[in-house]
Amino acid sequence: MDTERSNSQILNIALAGNPNAGKTTLFNVLTGLNQKVANYPGVTVERKTGNWSVKDSPALLTDLPGLYSLDATSLDEKIACDVLTGEQLGTVRPDAVVAVVDATNLERNLYLVTQIVETGIPVVVALTMIDVFEKQKHVIDLARLSEFIGVPVVAVNAKNGRGLAELADAVGNANERGGTTPTIETNRKESENSTIFSRYKFISDAIQASVKHNDRDAHRVTDRIDRLLTHRVFGLVILLGILLLLFQAIFTWAAVPMDLLDQGFGALGDTVRASLPPGVLTDLIVDGVIAGVGGVMVFLPQILLLFLFISILEDSGYMARAAFLLDKIMSRVGLHGKAFLPLISSFACAIPGIMATRTIEGRRDRFATIMIAPLMSCSARLPVYTLMISAFFAGQYFFGFVSVGAVLMLAMYSLGITAAIIVAFLLKRTVLKAPPTPFIMELPPYRMPSLRTVLQNMFERSWLFVKRAGTVILAISIILWALAYFPRFSETTNDVSGVEVAGESRQLEQSYAGMLGRTIEPVIQPLGFDWKIGVALIASFAAREVLVSTLSIIYNVGRDANEESETLISAIREAKREDGTPVWSPLTAITLMVFFVLAMQCMSTVAVVRRETNSWLWTMFMVAYMTVLAYTAAFATFQAGSYFGY
Amino acid sequence: MEEKVRDTQSFNLSQMPAGSITKVVAVRGGGRIAQRLMEMGVVPGVSVKVIKSAPFGDPIEIRLLGYSLAIRRNEASAIEVEG
Repeated sequence: MDTERSNSQILNIALAGNPNAGKTTLFNVLTGLNQKVANYPGVTVERKTGNWSVKDSPALLTDLPGLYSLDATSLDEKIACDVLTGEQLGTVRPDAVVAVVDATNLERNLYLVTQIVETGIPVVVALTMIDVFEKQKHVIDLARLSEFIGVPVVAVNAKNGRGLAELADAVGNANERGGTTPTIETNRKESENSTIFSRYKFISDAIQASVKHNDRDAHRVTDRIDRLLTHRVFGLVILLGILLLLFQAIFTWAAVPMDLLDQGFGALGDTVRASLPPGVLTDLIVDGVIAGVGGVMVFLPQILLLFLFISILEDSGYMARAAFLLDKIMSRVGLHGKAFLPLISSFACAIPGIMATRTIEGRRDRFATIMIAPLMSCSARLPVYTLMISAFFAGQYFFGFVSVGAVLMLAMYSLGITAAIIVAFLLKRTVLKAPPTPFIMELPPYRMPSLRTVLQNMFERSWLFVKRAGTVILAISIILWALAYFPRFSETTNDVSGVEVAGESRQLEQSYAGMLGRTIEPVIQPLGFDWKIGVALIASFAAREVLVSTLSIIYNVGRDANEESETLISAIREAKREDGTPVWSPLTAITLMVFFVLAMQCMSTVAVVRRETNSWLWTMFMVAYMTVLAYTAAFATFQAGSYFGY
Repeated sequence: MEEKVRDTQSFNLSQMPAGSITKVVAVRGGGRIAQRLMEMGVVPGVSVKVIKSAPFGDPIEIRLLGYSLAIRRNEASAIEVEG
């Protein structure tokens, strides 16, 4: 055995097939934990590769996005197609293709196979769902089918390992035999309808010759469940229930681990500060890096839970039903039914939400969804809402039992949703006007979600979030830290912590950040804000939750305070302007919340939007329209409120 | 496929009631939608069952070739079926 292998000796195998055909499950079993998720250069579609071995040779297995046809419609499909034809940047044309075919759905799955065969690459069909197929008492003659379509067919069961060795052998053999001459031009993009018809005719003949179908209704269980889940009335009610459960999980269940993480990072910061000599570098590490990274990590429990839920719903087949139920309502506004998942995800964090828009086929539909995703109040806004409500509306009730705070929260969320609907409507009527993207979507049979797939999915997506948000937020945190740190305010502050904290506030006042605050003061005065709030506003344009820590510093409460801290709350209530009048009022609090609902205050989101749209123009447009919207709404809120004497 | 003598009446899938089973005659329109529908198996001669419609009447769920497909009535109206 050579110790050195040239790249050409590593087989390049692509795994292609319809969505929901069991492709990813097979991929996971074949590659084990030797997987890598990256990106195709220039696009945001994830590239999943893993190590497999075929006849004792190492092979690189690429899991392609699911596709129905090589004449691609969505971005995902286009990538899969380009990889197969060798046109995708950063990949080589595969040496062989494993075409995953769902045995319970033969005709439609085989359509893609006929196309792939025509490209000339050696193909082996992996027949999945064979256990379900056999349970339904159908019979298939694999040899006959293979003879008919001209490629080896191997029945596999990813769950118990059946057929996997056979599959590897078949792939090895196919590779050795080599490909055939392509019978279609690989860069022709459209099939004639007559071609499509003749392909299906061919498939129908092949099935007739090799499969004996049991006429018993195969969809009984799924249909029964759907009688409830896609019921004209109950369907929506249940969907709402599931969404409420999702939110409950994200906000309540995640709270404990989030607090732990928060404390953990706080403790880490303290430890580092205690063990390093005082100075710029230490401050940078503790207040810049640790605070910055910690700020992102705190959201990890929410992100994990969100992706866990979503993976379960997807793997079970329910997500398709949700899009089915909501498509009509969303179309009224100009959105596609598939926009539902990205928008729901955005309630936890817009970053994974925006990444999820890849499944939306029409470019304009996709962009419209991306543009409004940040208006879904994300979890970073919660500390802001909580602080404002605790400071000015705590313990207040309408009619003696309806908490004012809860009503205000609900109002803020509704404001975001309403704004999103209006913006989407306007965009689709003007700049993003386009004929509606067709809604043609498979409703897969319900399946028990596979724990392994779900968990793997959850970790993969969460990791991408951490990487993306982590790098940008880290960078911004360091910049912000520098803006607040320089120029240095010199005063001897080696006494009690009280004096030290006062020093921090003075430092902030005369730093670059403080100067910026003073500069924008005239602009934010009509909103009822003073320059100190201005500093906090500027800081929070990087990340919303930074508002709380910045206010803590401004009001001398110490950087450890959070939105529930009594001292911060009383500091806010008692803050006075130079002329003695209070800075904050209930109206100011509401105005600030309104501003936060609508403003784009997240550098990571900006970075992701830029990536997903591949356009600075659209990214800047989003920042601009949201800023204008936030300012106008806050202005209107404050002015109207003041006029009515609040 | 045998030649189909054209009826004076032609129906499209959007008009078929829930629970009905019919056969596809042709897919009209010849654009992306028609192509996509055909790629998904909606080809002349295929048997289709209309399962139900979503709340508000749109989209509809149909069964063909052993699987379920959801399409809007707009798309369904391009599918000409036997009465």
